[in-house]
Amino acid sequence: MHAVIAEDISKSYDGIQALRGVTFRVKKGEVFGLLGPNGAGKTTLTAILTTLLKADSGYAEVAGFSVEEKLKVRERIGVVFQEPALDTKLTARENLEFHAMLYGMPKKEREEKIEKGLELVGLRNWADTLVEKFSGGMKRRLEMARAFIHRPEVLFLDEPTLGLDVQTRRNIWKYIRKLRDEGVTVFMTTHYIEEAEKLCDTVAIMDRGKIVKIGRVEDLKRGLGEDTIYVEFFGKVMEEELNTLRELDGVKEVLASDTTVMILTSNGDRIIPQLFSVLSEGRVKAVRMKTPDLEDVFVRLTGRRIAD
Amino acid sequence: MAIYVMWLREMKRLVRAKSRFLSSLVMPLMFLAFLGSGFREVNFFGTSYISFLTPGIAGMAVIFSSTFAGLSVLWDREFGFLKEIAVAPVRNVAVVCGRIAGSATTSILQAMAILVLAIPLGFSTKPQGVLLSIPFIVLMAVTFTGMGLFFAAIIKDFHGFGLVMNFVIFPLFFLSGAIFPVSNLPSFLVPLAYFNPLFYGVDGLRGVLTGRGATNPIIDLSALVVFSIVTVFAGAKMFDRL
Repeated sequence: MHAVIAEDISKSYDGIQALRGVTFRVKKGEVFGLLGPNGAGKTTLTAILTTLLKADSGYAEVAGFSVEEKLKVRERIGVVFQEPALDTKLTARENLEFHAMLYGMPKKEREEKIEKGLELVGLRNWADTLVEKFSGGMKRRLEMARAFIHRPEVLFLDEPTLGLDVQTRRNIWKYIRKLRDEGVTVFMTTHYIEEAEKLCDTVAIMDRGKIVKIGRVEDLKRGLGEDTIYVEFFGKVMEEELNTLRELDGVKEVLASDTTVMILTSNGDRIIPQLFSVLSEGRVKAVRMKTPDLEDVFVRLTGRRIAD
Repeated sequence: MAIYVMWLREMKRLVRAKSRFLSSLVMPLMFLAFLGSGFREVNFFGTSYISFLTPGIAGMAVIFSSTFAGLSVLWDREFGFLKEIAVAPVRNVAVVCGRIAGSATTSILQAMAILVLAIPLGFSTKPQGVLLSIPFIVLMAVTFTGMGLFFAAIIKDFHGFGLVMNFVIFPLFFLSGAIFPVSNLPSFLVPLAYFNPLFYGVDGLRGVLTGRGATNPIIDLSALVVFSIVTVFAGAKMFDRL
């Protein structure tokens, strides 16, 4: 059973094609991550799936209902936006009550879930404090509690830990894992590699409006060579140097961007010493080797780093 | 349910912003006190100027605060709260009605405060009058909050605020018969008053509070009902644009 289905979704604004033919399916109960740089179209896609924006073409279904049936979808989803969407002139508890009432929860259930929610995100002691006094991390925690209060089937999180300190980030990750254990499907967007690797079951890599690759984290990483060697040069990398590297035994692929070269190989240990013998003296500035992560997958697929 | 929730939120915010409520009364009261005494020799419709003016000032308070309440949805948009409402399973009409209900409640409180405070200044009326004034206040509040919401969807951010106030609200105020009868306007402007919801509201108030309006209060009331329905629908339709 699929919690979210997207088929060939396209959207453009002001002449810019924000999404082109996006297609994917999210299984019920999994944590699905949309990983990509800013401007990839993640927020636009999330807006379409949460019924806030209409796609130009294509079909989208959430929790079993087409996104055209706005009210039915909204009853079954919870959303935490990138920017805070709280009423700062109300207290934490009042914000939760407002939400619970808006979603039609009966009084008793409301009170129970609100207490539980506040407890889970550690805001019990600030329940009756005005939200304007909260820090960014506290606001985000409150929003996470709020989005889940009405027990949605799918939770949409747009950059859930953006701009937060490490401690709060870890707490939010813990909370997301707890939610997954309760059977909620989590759809999140992020541009943090570590977050996608640590939390997501399935990751869709997105760049410039298209889904470049989807798969389970392990499969995506295994799809690359065993090792990745980053070589930083003094000055721009030259074509002959790239060709020389490509000819080395065991090298699967060589990608370059300006002053850095990425070498995919099955035995990095053997390749490193050879770098210094085949390249001219004084050309290599730094060498780094690591086992593949999603950043490497991204670079491999798009030729750029997520941060660029 | 959604209407109640939105109304409740407005009430909570009102209770927490008591100083803002009180300061919203200051300008109308100043108008009342200074114009009332400054023009005390003036006699319209056979009553003292203060009796003539008070319903007008009550109307003034309502038009300004209701329009502001409608426009203030832009604050929710600015601070992101509008998204929370947008993604909730509630119809736009319910959200709009809830906001209007909140604004109408505030307007009743304001208008009552003004009527009460006008008494020491020389205003007098019968209790039935005050009771009968409530429907007029409510319909004015509904109309202008709807209007505020409508304009909010057009101007989209605070820059247009001044435009709405200066080019819409102030003219409506001066063309309403609040401070002087509409018949005193230059003749080419008089017909405009008949398209002005505030004219019907003030005249209706004057009719039930002092017994001396230019038109029959029942006509005023019916006109207001029509205006409110139109502006509420217009406001609700435009809500999507926000």
